[in-house]
Amino acid sequence: MEPRLVAALQQIVGPAHVLTEPRHLLVYSYDATIQPGQPEVVVLPRTAAEVSAILKLANREGVPVTPRGSGTGQSGGSLPMGGIALVLTRMNRLKEIDPGNRLAVVEPGVITAHLQAAVEAQGLFYPPDPASAKVSTLGGNIAENAGGPRCLKYGVTRDYVLGLEVVMPTGEIIHTGGRTVKNVSGYDLTRLLVGSEGTLGVVTEIILRLIPKPEAFRTALAIFPRLDDATAAVARTVAAGITPTALEIVDQHSLRAVENYLHVGLPVEAEAVLVLEVDGFAETVDRQMQTAAAVCRESGASEVRVASTAAEREEMWVARRSVSTAITQAAPTKIGEDITVPPAQVPEMIRRLQWLREKLGLSLVVFGHAGDGNLHPNFVIDGRDPAQLKTVEAALAEISRLALGLGGTLSGEHGIGTLKAPFLEWEVGAGGIEVMRRIKRALDPNNILNPGKMRLDESIAAAPPGGADG
Amino acid sequence: MAEARPVPEGWGRFPSPPAPVEPALDIALLDQCIHCGFCIQACPTYRDLGVETASPRGRLAMMKAVAQGQLAPDDGFAAEMDLCLGCRACESACPSGVQYGLALEQARALAARTAPPPLFKRLTLRLAFRRLLPHAGRLRLLVALLGSAQRTGLLRLVTRLLPGRWREQALALPPAPGAAARRELAAALVEGPAAGGPRVGLFRGCIQDALFAGTNAATVRLLQATGCGVTAPPQAGGGAQTCCGALAAHGGDREYARELARRNIAAFAGYDLVVNNAGGCGAMLKEYGHLLRDDPVWAPRAADFAARVRDISEVLAERGLPVLGPLAQRVTYQDSCHLHHSQRVRQQPRRLLQAVPGLRYVELKDADRCCGSAGIYNLTHPEMAGRVLAEKMDNAAATEAEVIVTSNPGCLLQLRLGLQRAGLADAVQVMHLADLLDAARSADKA
Repeated sequence: MEPRLVAALQQIVGPAHVLTEPRHLLVYSYDATIQPGQPEVVVLPRTAAEVSAILKLANREGVPVTPRGSGTGQSGGSLPMGGIALVLTRMNRLKEIDPGNRLAVVEPGVITAHLQAAVEAQGLFYPPDPASAKVSTLGGNIAENAGGPRCLKYGVTRDYVLGLEVVMPTGEIIHTGGRTVKNVSGYDLTRLLVGSEGTLGVVTEIILRLIPKPEAFRTALAIFPRLDDATAAVARTVAAGITPTALEIVDQHSLRAVENYLHVGLPVEAEAVLVLEVDGFAETVDRQMQTAAAVCRESGASEVRVASTAAEREEMWVARRSVSTAITQAAPTKIGEDITVPPAQVPEMIRRLQWLREKLGLSLVVFGHAGDGNLHPNFVIDGRDPAQLKTVEAALAEISRLALGLGGTLSGEHGIGTLKAPFLEWEVGAGGIEVMRRIKRALDPNNILNPGKMRLDESIAAAPPGGADG
Repeated sequence: MAEARPVPEGWGRFPSPPAPVEPALDIALLDQCIHCGFCIQACPTYRDLGVETASPRGRLAMMKAVAQGQLAPDDGFAAEMDLCLGCRACESACPSGVQYGLALEQARALAARTAPPPLFKRLTLRLAFRRLLPHAGRLRLLVALLGSAQRTGLLRLVTRLLPGRWREQALALPPAPGAAARRELAAALVEGPAAGGPRVGLFRGCIQDALFAGTNAATVRLLQATGCGVTAPPQAGGGAQTCCGALAAHGGDREYARELARRNIAAFAGYDLVVNNAGGCGAMLKEYGHLLRDDPVWAPRAADFAARVRDISEVLAERGLPVLGPLAQRVTYQDSCHLHHSQRVRQQPRRLLQAVPGLRYVELKDADRCCGSAGIYNLTHPEMAGRVLAEKMDNAAATEAEVIVTSNPGCLLQLRLGLQRAGLADAVQVMHLADLLDAARSADKA
C-alpha cells in the first residue's frame, strides 16, 4: 500500500493501530475456511467516527475495505481482496444491559459468549448460539445472520436485532431501528443489513433484544438403529406440538469418528442419534420431554436416554459438539456445507447425501440442526491432493443443486461469501441477483465495501467460477 | 464503478498449497490447524493485545508460512514466537488436536538460528540452562547464599541497587530452605518398596529441589503413606538425575534438552513410576518420546520412560489418600498450565483438596488461565506477565480464599509476587498441593 495512504490511515487511528508488516498481512488474510485473502494493510479502529473517516478516504482513493471481527467465518466473508482489512475487535464494549426494556447495547467486537454470560447473570437470555459463540463477535454474527442449535425454537440473529448504528459504504453514519420491538418507520434497513455480509455497511453499535432466561432444561439422546427412523422422528416431534430448543442429528459416520476420538461408549451400531433438548418452566419440561421421548420411541428409537444430572447433559452435548473435532483427526482438511431444506424434506436430503457419498467414494459425514432442516454435510479429505479438492468442489455444486431441488436454500447460517457465490443465481434467479446488485450499487457506488463477495459486483465477474458449474 | 481488481490466486476456491521448504518445521503438524479460531479466546496474549499475530492461530499461520518459504524467520517472527507464554491453553481449546507446544518449540529452535537474540542474552541463558540448572550443587550454593542474605537482612540492602522489578521479585522469594530441610528429605527417602506397592523414583527437579526441598519431602511422605516405596537417583555422579530440560527446550535449545533427557531416562530405568510434583517438569518428562523421536537408540527408551511419569496428584487420586486430619481453611486452586493443558490432569488436584475434612474449597474463576510465570517469561516479558498476573489476583481476591494452592514452583513464585503487589501477602498464602495434603496428614496424627 502506498506510504501516503498508510500515513493517512495512521492519522485517523494512530500509528499503533495500522499494521503493515508481512506477518500482519498474513494473519489477517484468512478466516475459518481454507481459502486465501490478501490485505494490503490492516487497520484497527476504535470509534464509529474513525470508521467513517476510513471509508471516506477509501472512497476518495478507490481502495477496497473488508470488515472483520474474529475471522471465524465459514464462507469467506471476511477475506480481503486487496485493500484494507478493517478489524473491529477493539470496538468491544458492552455498553448497556437494560433489564426493564429487555435489551442490551453492544459494540460489534463483543464476543457473543461474553454477552450471553453477562445477560444470563441478570436472568436474561440471548438465544442465538452459533458453534463459534466463544470466539466469534456479535458484529460478525450480524453480518452472516448466524444461527446455531437454539434457532429452531428461538429464531436467528436477525430476530434479535432491534437497531443498529452503521457507517454506510460512503462514510455517512446512520441509525436504523431503535429500542422497541415494534417499529415500522420507513424501510426496515436493520433487516437489510443483517446478513448482508459486510457489503452494505459497517456496523458500529448494536441494540439487541433479550428474553427471560429459561428456568429449566431437559436433554436426551435418542438412539436409532435406522437412519430413516431418526429423520422421521424429527418431523414427527415437531408435528406433536413440541418445539424443542434443540434437535440435532449425528449420523453413524460422525458417531464412529467421535467414539474413535473420545472413547466414551457411544452407540456406534446405531445409524443415527438425535440430541434433543427442551426448556421452559420447571413444571412443563418433564411433560415436554416425555412427549418427545414417546415420539422417538414410536418412530423406532431403540433407546431414549434422558439426562438426570448437569454432567450427563454435558456429556450428550459433548458428543454432538465433538463431531468437528473428531472428524479432523482422521484427515486434516474439512470442507463443510450449510444447506437447509424444509424440515419435512430432511429424510430425503439425507438419503441424497448418502447416494452422493457412495457415488464419489469420499469421506462425507452428516450432522446438524435437523429440527430446522439445517444440515452440515462435511467432506474430510487431504487438502494437499488437488484431485480430491476438485472432486469436493464438484460435490459442493451437486449438494447445492440437491438442496435447492427440495425447496431449500444454499446457506442456513454461514452465508454465501465466496464459497457459495457461484450458486447464488440458482437460488435467487437472475432477477433476484439484479435487484441485489442494484441495491449494492446504490449504497456503494464506488464498490469499496467488501468487494467480490456473493458475486454482486462486476469486479469479480471475470474471476474463474468455483465448482464444476464452470 | 471501480475497474476490475486483480483477484488473489485461488480466490473462492481451495488452492493447492506450495511444497514445504523448511525442514526444521514439521508441516504435517502445522497442517492440522483448520483455522477455526477456537483457540484465540483461550490465549492470554490475544486477550491482552487483541491482534491476531498474538494468537495461537496467528502464530501457527506464521510458522506455516515460514515452512513454505513465504515468510522470513526474521527478528519480527522471533519476537512473535517469544511473546507466546507457552501455556498451551490453546491445545485444550483446539478441536483439531493441533500439538501447538511442539510446533512452538520447533519454531523457537529455528528462530534461535535464523534470528538469534543479542549475544548478552544468549550467553546468559546458555549459562543458566547449561551451567547452572542441571547442577544441583551449584544451585544449592546459590540458594544457601540467598538464605543467608534473607536471614541477615543483606538481601533488602543489596536489592536496593537493583531496578524496581528485580527488587520486587527478589523480595517475593520464599525463605530459602536450610540444611535441615534437606536432611528431612534425605531421611524421608528409604530403601525398598512397601509390600505390594510400586517402586517410585522421585524426580527432584532443579528449582523445585533447591528452593522447595520441603515440598519434595512432603511428596515422599505422601507417596509412602499410600504404600509406595520411594527412592531418588542421586543428583551428581553416575546415574544421576538432572534438570528436565523444559526451559532449554522452550527457549529453542532442543539439542541440549535431548542431552538432559537421555541422562534422566538412564537414571530412572528400573522404577515402576517416576513421580514429580512440578507441572512444568512433568509435562516435559512426558514428552521425552517426542523429543527423542528421531534417535533410533533412545526413542523406544524415551517412550517407555514417558509412560511411567506421573504427577503426585495422579498417584494420590489413583491409590487413594492416606487418612487426613481437618484443615479449617478457605482454599482455592490455581492450575499449573502444563499440568492442566499439557498433561490433562484437571480434576485430580481438585478432588484431593475437596477430600480434606473441614476444608472449604472455592473454585477460582479462570483457574486454568496462566498466572504469567511461564518459565522465565515473567523475566523476559514483565509487562505482559504483570497484566496477566493482575487479572489473576482480582480473581483470587474474589474467592476470599486464605490459601491459594498450586502444583508448580514457577506458579508459586509468581503468585507470591502477585499477592505482594496486591497488598494481600499478609492475608493470603500460596502453598503447594503436596505441602497442604501433608499438613492435613500430620493434622490427623496430631
